[in-house]
Amino acid sequence: MTTQRTSSAPPAVRSLPVKQLLLTLVGWSIALIIFFPILWMVLTGFKTETAAIADPSFIFSPTLESYQAVQARSGYARFAMNSVVVAFGSTFLALLIAIPSAYAMAFLPTKRTKGTLLWMLSTKMLPPVGVLVPIYLIFRDVGLLDTRTGLIIIYTLMNLPIVVWMLYTFFKDMPKDILEAGRMDGASTFQEVFFLLLPLTLPGIASTGLLSVILSWNEAFWSLNLTSSKAAPLTAYIASFSSPEGLFWAKLSAASTMAIAPILILGWMTQKQMVRGLTFGAVK
Amino acid sequence: MNKTRASGRTVGGLRTLTLQAPAVTLLMLWMIVPLGMTIWFSFQRYNLLMPDMTGFAGLENYEYLLTDPALWSAMGTTLLLVGWVLAITVVGGTLLAVLFQQEFAGRGIARVLAISPFFVMPTVSALVWKNMMMHPSNGVLAWLAESLGLPALDWFSSLPLTSIIIIVSWQWLPFALLILLTAMQSLDEDQVEAARMDGAGPIAIFFFITLPHLKRAISVVIMIEMIFLLTIFAEIFVTTSGGPGLATTNLAYLIYIRALLDFDVGIASAGGVIAIILANIVAIFLVRMVAKNLED
Amino acid sequence: MATLQLSNITKRFGDTEVIKGIDLEVNDREFVVFVGPSGCGKSTLMRMIAGLESASEGDIVIDGQRMNDVGPADRGLAMVFQSYALYPHMTVEGNMGFSMRLAGVPKEERRAKVLEAAKILQLEPLLDRKPKALSGGQRQRVAIGRAIVRNPSIFLFDEPLSNLDAALRVQMRIELARLHEELDATMIYVTHDQIEAMTMADKIVVLHDGVVEQVGSPMALYHHPRNRFVAGFIGSPKMNFFAVEQLAVSSDGVVVRLPGGRSCTVPVDGQQLADAEELELGIRPEHLLLDENGPLSGQIKVLERLGGQTSLYVQMDELLITIMADGDVAYRVNDTVRFGFSPERAHLFDAQGIALESLTQHPLAGLTRHDNRAPGQAAVHGAVSPGEQV
Repeated sequence: MTTQRTSSAPPAVRSLPVKQLLLTLVGWSIALIIFFPILWMVLTGFKTETAAIADPSFIFSPTLESYQAVQARSGYARFAMNSVVVAFGSTFLALLIAIPSAYAMAFLPTKRTKGTLLWMLSTKMLPPVGVLVPIYLIFRDVGLLDTRTGLIIIYTLMNLPIVVWMLYTFFKDMPKDILEAGRMDGASTFQEVFFLLLPLTLPGIASTGLLSVILSWNEAFWSLNLTSSKAAPLTAYIASFSSPEGLFWAKLSAASTMAIAPILILGWMTQKQMVRGLTFGAVK
Repeated sequence: MNKTRASGRTVGGLRTLTLQAPAVTLLMLWMIVPLGMTIWFSFQRYNLLMPDMTGFAGLENYEYLLTDPALWSAMGTTLLLVGWVLAITVVGGTLLAVLFQQEFAGRGIARVLAISPFFVMPTVSALVWKNMMMHPSNGVLAWLAESLGLPALDWFSSLPLTSIIIIVSWQWLPFALLILLTAMQSLDEDQVEAARMDGAGPIAIFFFITLPHLKRAISVVIMIEMIFLLTIFAEIFVTTSGGPGLATTNLAYLIYIRALLDFDVGIASAGGVIAIILANIVAIFLVRMVAKNLED
Repeated sequence: MATLQLSNITKRFGDTEVIKGIDLEVNDREFVVFVGPSGCGKSTLMRMIAGLESASEGDIVIDGQRMNDVGPADRGLAMVFQSYALYPHMTVEGNMGFSMRLAGVPKEERRAKVLEAAKILQLEPLLDRKPKALSGGQRQRVAIGRAIVRNPSIFLFDEPLSNLDAALRVQMRIELARLHEELDATMIYVTHDQIEAMTMADKIVVLHDGVVEQVGSPMALYHHPRNRFVAGFIGSPKMNFFAVEQLAVSSDGVVVRLPGGRSCTVPVDGQQLADAEELELGIRPEHLLLDENGPLSGQIKVLERLGGQTSLYVQMDELLITIMADGDVAYRVNDTVRFGFSPERAHLFDAQGIALESLTQHPLAGLTRHDNRAPGQAAVHGAVSPGEQV
């Protein structure tokens, strides 16, 4: 019907194979350069200490001896356990506190809702160093220094604004009609949340939880300052490799690989939704 | 008074209040108590090593801090660190986002590899760079330089701040990339095609279509990075410990030294107040922007 | 038995009043349609009846009982949402049975009731599907089924057909009319589409800016619009309006001078008119007749041939007048045409936009859909004669 179109011309924007090849080459080179330190660390973890400090090489006979040494010498499992308990404990608590709040903001907004949300965001702006001293003193006085409970409390509060915000944006996306239909069908608030809201926003809640786990897992300021040995999570444990005496590169690499692997995988899985949480919904 | 506004329930206002109470109360405590204490301490003579020395200090702590060359050096370091990392990550992130938006073989995996450093805990990335990348004799960079016939560089003693900037940029470049790539995906293809019909080449499309579209995302990246970068701590803690001298001591690290190494609570608190003020200058802009966004 | 009375219903959001004191009576088994342009408050009004919004003032009385403080589920109502609002994670059966599940009705009984409703709507083969796997029309039927299962005294429909394509819309319209008859229930229906209102309603409530402009049967609204807004809103294509000069008022009506100079007597009551008050004459496109001796004339700007009918858009002074003419008129664009109308088809509006009352009631004005269904009883005594040409 459109006689204007030159019928015999090939589709205009098919890229040339050369351009494709070039793009692929450049794209992969850059990706690999950025990823290289991680790759190198993983490889080093499978080397012997001597091989680790020898001239860089991709060819070596892999060994698990560093992994065994890390566990045997320093009790890696204990630190890992601290990280797991603290990250998941604080995430669970944060979700528990944030869900009712986000529900109210998304579905029962008042004049103050917007202000409350922004205020929550602004608490995130408080630099941790600004409050390090009082928190340290309070923790010392009530015996929370170097305890998992202490870290759980800090991380819960630290992540609460982001968790509320993220849940809020996910809840907002849920059609209000469905909840109203439920209300017409006789659902109480509790039933509304359990039969309709939670099942329908489960993917959002899951990625919110994962983001909270990731942030807690990787947090290094409070863990370095508030724990020493008993409750130290992996971030603090890895920091102990920084002492200049002796080179433990293979062991450092093995320990690091174990410490970041689970989070790296979680991060890959939830990158899309994380953007929303990290930018407070400003970028979707 | 909110009864009539609340959608749905006749007692909406009250209900909203109860449901929000736990989160709001906790955050209120989290904010007010330590903040109040910091401000209070900053006006006190309070050193854990000298328990006899107490009492109101007035502006003494601030005076001490503000006349201490270490503070100004730390401020300068902080600004350099923030400025350079921002420049590198935003420019690099934008270019990489354009690159990774193009179709090429295995793009999905390449993207995942490129954003990975963001998920690595700061202590790990700092130590990996310090030991395996930048070590003067056994690091990969030294080996590379040697293979090219260049003298090996002792990164942390000759270029301490640069080294930190490289490490921190490596962590945050993926963040910028991740956000900008996501923002890029919401760019209307029709717009690009219309521009192409109007005769725009790739460069013109980048400057007239892509960049304006990314404007908001870029400002979000800048503000969020600023908030985190102003108080970079772990990377310095495990690599240079602020040295050599004060070369890599930023504000956060200085406060840490005063508080947990010198045990001078008063002075550390005054430093904390200064950090809070700095962060809030940035925060005001971010909050404004998010607020505007809420209205859309 | 289900009736609804609204008295002085008012709704404010902050300082803006969106519903400004509405009084309304809905009788048992009536099909009432709220119609109006978007933003007129029709959906808000329905949501207040449903209990999803609270009324700022006034009483909502269902079956003689004040319901303002009763929760939405306990008002004996069921609502069909514009988006259908099906529960995406439940099957059709789960969707329809959800209210009973909440109420703790045993599974067997639930199933029986769902089946009964599914039968009415021909949904039986779909009971195990999720909403995702249904077509638009099927989803719509599930939403209706979910309402039926609750056995409500009043059904509320919030623009239920607006997400369907044109063909399906016609089909669902017929189905809803059939359902109304079958269920013998009171129904309240919100739409912005005056055709839906005209075809389905026993009673139309025209809303505009939060006030009721007119309540009446479709034919009453068509033939005797109370004001300029209703006149323009009901009927498609829209009524034409042009200013006329008042010449005289008599017991036969109001004599006005038409554009072009000729005069005509419109049979309306002009006793209340002020001298030389500005008047506007309204005449529907389908009531304009092409006539070589007609009082009005203009140049054809656009001509749309629909086959059976032809729409002419005629430039008359500054106005574009729409004329619905016969399918095979031979005119072409830029031709000048003359046209006229029979005076009893014309409406006169005073300076406030209020229609002057017609001296004769249109014979169909009292007609409702019920009358359509029982041909013997309809009080149609004779077709409307075209009347005398001016």
